[in-house]
Amino acid sequence: MKKTKRVMIAMSGGVDSAVTAALLKKKGYEVIGATMCFNLGEGDVGLKSRKSPSCCDLSGIEDARKIANILGIKHYVLNFGKILKERVINNFIAEYLSGRTPNPCIRCNQFLKFESLFKKAKELSCDYLATGHYAKVTKSRIRKKYFLKKGKDNNKDQSYFLYSIRKEILPFLLFPLGNYTKSEVRLMARNFKLPVSDKPGSQDICFVPDGDYREYLLRNAGVKILPGPIVHIDGRKLGEHKGIPFYTIGQRKALVGGKGEPLYVVKIDNSKNTIVLGERKHTYSQGLIAESLNFLSIPFLKKTIAIKAKIRYNHRAIKSRLIPIKKGSVRVEFNKPAKAVTPGQSVVFYSKDVVLGGGIIVESLSAIKG
Amino acid sequence: MKRIYLDYAATTPTDSEVVEAMKPFFTDIFGNPSSIHGFGQEARRAMEDAREKLALFLGAKTDEIVFTSGGTEADNAAIFGVADKLSHKGKHIITSSIEHHAVLEACKFLEKHGYKITYLPVDKTGLVDPVDVKKAISKDTILITVMHANNEIGTIEPIEEISKIACECGVYMHSDAVQTVGHIPVKVNELGVNLLSLSAHKFYGPKGVGAIYIRKGTKVSPYLYGGDQERGRRASTSNVSGIVGLGKAIELAGNRMDKEAKFQSSLRDRLIKEIPEIIDDSYLNGHSASRLPNNVNFTFAFIEGESILLNLDMMGIAASTGSACTSSLLEPSHVLLAIGLPHELAHGSLRVTFGRWTKEKHIDYLIEHLPKIVDKLRRMSPLYEGK
Repeated sequence: MKKTKRVMIAMSGGVDSAVTAALLKKKGYEVIGATMCFNLGEGDVGLKSRKSPSCCDLSGIEDARKIANILGIKHYVLNFGKILKERVINNFIAEYLSGRTPNPCIRCNQFLKFESLFKKAKELSCDYLATGHYAKVTKSRIRKKYFLKKGKDNNKDQSYFLYSIRKEILPFLLFPLGNYTKSEVRLMARNFKLPVSDKPGSQDICFVPDGDYREYLLRNAGVKILPGPIVHIDGRKLGEHKGIPFYTIGQRKALVGGKGEPLYVVKIDNSKNTIVLGERKHTYSQGLIAESLNFLSIPFLKKTIAIKAKIRYNHRAIKSRLIPIKKGSVRVEFNKPAKAVTPGQSVVFYSKDVVLGGGIIVESLSAIKG
Repeated sequence: MKRIYLDYAATTPTDSEVVEAMKPFFTDIFGNPSSIHGFGQEARRAMEDAREKLALFLGAKTDEIVFTSGGTEADNAAIFGVADKLSHKGKHIITSSIEHHAVLEACKFLEKHGYKITYLPVDKTGLVDPVDVKKAISKDTILITVMHANNEIGTIEPIEEISKIACECGVYMHSDAVQTVGHIPVKVNELGVNLLSLSAHKFYGPKGVGAIYIRKGTKVSPYLYGGDQERGRRASTSNVSGIVGLGKAIELAGNRMDKEAKFQSSLRDRLIKEIPEIIDDSYLNGHSASRLPNNVNFTFAFIEGESILLNLDMMGIAASTGSACTSSLLEPSHVLLAIGLPHELAHGSLRVTFGRWTKEKHIDYLIEHLPKIVDKLRRMSPLYEGK
């Protein structure tokens, strides 16, 4: 007789992970639920707020427990507060302070879900770790290679958030929702009689109360955030800003007494503590430079290849050329200019629906000079 | 799958004799003991009978017992009660750094309200030094609160000596005896305490009921207001069934304690001897002699206690990393840090506590599986690779 496979499921208390658990239980896996809890204790960064409707507050834990009870599976609450702070929050703050716009969810996947939690799953002799991400892992018939692919639901596809995981763990991951659309998942939740089917999905960054990242930075930056000049791309001084962490590329900036064309943030110059504004056309880029690369489906990049590049989550991937420039660094050249390329965000490289890899944008290559 | 419970310090199952004793008080004898009529009177008799049983166990008088909702309330009531009543005398309280959070958090609350708290250090076995207590006493000191035995590492504190010092200096002495009552003799006059807390579910009684001993003449403000129950010291309709359960449980404990403690000590000593023999780099936490008969606490280097715990749970064995109340925190136990364990070792601790229904074969099962689990986890641990 074949031994029952054991799988750990990262359960947030939301509908997606609940249906994931129900599906795998139905398929005959031995399912263990695990909920990450991030209580950092007294005097620590602002996780104490119970107001934020996020995946990791107390009600998320209670919901996950309830779902585990309904499904009759084991459920553990594991504290990842320390590692969240060390690997995600500290980086989040440091990135903003240096004028970049980070994506903490990507680091959370990389270091928490698919490293620390994966390790817990292995420690408990689990064969797999499953999550409710809308993505797929497939195995090629011929070369027995594993690929990370987009989920079936194009609107909901979350493969973008997963590019940074180690490719060695792909064989041990299950993403059952990759074959469904969000509305199918909601329907299944109702059919499984899970009590979460009408819960809104979480949108905010889980550790930022009320989604107000500016307020969060003010309270937790640990250093004074200094005001500085706002200048026009042509060199004119336009005014004062309250601190570069409060701006992001592409943001439309209303100026007191401003006339004529609306202006947009086109550059955040950390070394000069300066925000540079330009016209709409200046927000377009020809390409970008990316570092902190991770390749999932190719060993590493040797020559220029044609890809589709996705430069933020809510962005339609654009046809591009991916060019190796030096070790650990690539240039992406878009076939046509893209708006608001934002340093700190991730760029993910696709070939059709396969995630080749990705990296963190360090520089935007301007479409129009000066 | 086998299910083996080795977490008696977190809570104990209620003894079936206790459950039987409680049953009539949900239905037949349901009166409010404060009522004047017959229904009330029969409930009152049962409650006072329980009070007598507890007083007998403690060597106390019945009017020195106040029933509470449990150990936490008893600790809070003692500390806040004295702090309020004696605030005109002084605002200094002495405690230890390894107390249960029911004591520590109450003290922290008082700190916010102008009280000064001294948290005494402990030695590497977890013992408070009475000399430190004496040194810490000032003219503002109104209360010393030191636990009878520690819930995580099982160390039994020198309460008699500390009480003597307290008495000589005219300071009240409170002891949290939640881990000892029902397991080892606890005589309030021998211990010399003014106040003592206990909880029924730690000695095979029901959850949600406990008591505080208040020596006659000790000045304490009430903790709950709104009725004359418990001689005006604790308002709220009496939890009759719970109190009856506590009474039955303490009666049973009084009869069986000596025998049980003897057997449990033998299991304890077996684990203390065998674990270091079969698992390398394992260290006993707590005192080897001045220790609860049912407590074993080990640190296993290179791995996390939480991982051991989950793996034991997968094998059907219930144990604990520290206290049940803090196991959801990743911060290492304040007790293990206080006895001088470095952070990385404090994460790797395992507490095994046994009780009335623990058998030799349960310990065999633990001894069979624990080394395999530790070995498996160590092979996965990056910290262990260098070894």
